Amino acid sequence: MPGLMNRASTVVKAKISKLLDRAEDPGETLDYSYEKQLELLQNVKRGVADVVTAKKRLELQTTQLEQSVVKLDSQARSALQAGREDLAREALQRKTVVQQQLQGLDQQVQGLQAQQEKLIASEKQLSARIEAFRSQKEVIKAQYSAADAQVKIGEAATGIGEQMADTGLAIQRAKDKTEQMQARAAAVDELVAAGTLEDFTSGGETDLDRQLAQVAAGTQVDSELEKMKAELGAGDPQKELER
Amino acid sequence: MIVRLMNEGQYRIDDDLLQQLNELDERATAAAEADDEQTLDDALDEMFSLVKSRGDALADDELTSSDILIPPSDLTLEETKELLTDEGFIPDLPAPT
Repeated sequence: MPGLMNRASTVVKAKISKLLDRAEDPGETLDYSYEKQLELLQNVKRGVADVVTAKKRLELQTTQLEQSVVKLDSQARSALQAGREDLAREALQRKTVVQQQLQGLDQQVQGLQAQQEKLIASEKQLSARIEAFRSQKEVIKAQYSAADAQVKIGEAATGIGEQMADTGLAIQRAKDKTEQMQARAAAVDELVAAGTLEDFTSGGETDLDRQLAQVAAGTQVDSELEKMKAELGAGDPQKELER
Repeated sequence: MIVRLMNEGQYRIDDDLLQQLNELDERATAAAEADDEQTLDDALDEMFSLVKSRGDALADDELTSSDILIPPSDLTLEETKELLTDEGFIPDLPAPT
């Protein structure tokens, strides 16, 4: 029974020979193959750009969620000071939800980072090999008889074809991963929009904000009333009595 | 022998190492067929690290095809299996225009 290593090689070689069969004469095979390499290199560059964009979006969401953790924490504190344990509890519960989201996001950003690094390394290898192929192609065209050229072309094209197949795999995987991330980022956005998490980050007032503001206002009114009563009482108690 | 660690690059290895890789490959193949992803991933990781530590990396501008290819361990079990079918998990190379 053939192992994984050999089966994988067989599949890749089959793909490459299918690709090479499409061109007929040796010179054409070289030029055709070179064109395809450049196309693939463009795909890789686009793939890297997509990964970077997806990562930036997740990083932005991370920052927003981090800010809301801080805000919810201080809201919980003020609520507790005001004797509103129910509000404090609610703020802390929301903080937990946001923190769970954050944990997931961190892992995803790391995943994308790894993908990006692999893709960049792959792009570098492919560029170098394309360059080597380009110079070999000119040598082969100029120096070899048709029969020898055929053999040389087979070697060079298979070597680079394998790199193309491998890079193609790297791009596809990066693309899958990026799509998953985008779906996830969109889901977080939707959660925020639907009010399940509420948009703690937009600066807009939430219900919790309003209740806390009421508590704070209530406390302030009470203390000002006390102060006024004290002032009036201490300032001129007689006046009050005389009337 | 030239071996490609998929998504990582090519290495030149000696016969001793090849022997060890073959043993690990048998374990990996059996695991793939038994749907045992953990054992499969462990075997692949071990193969990757053996090749990286004991093989010689090929220069970026060397155009050589590999004798064997080793799939990465971060594929899912389904992806690994698909990789080994005729269709292959490897996407088609750019089509002629």
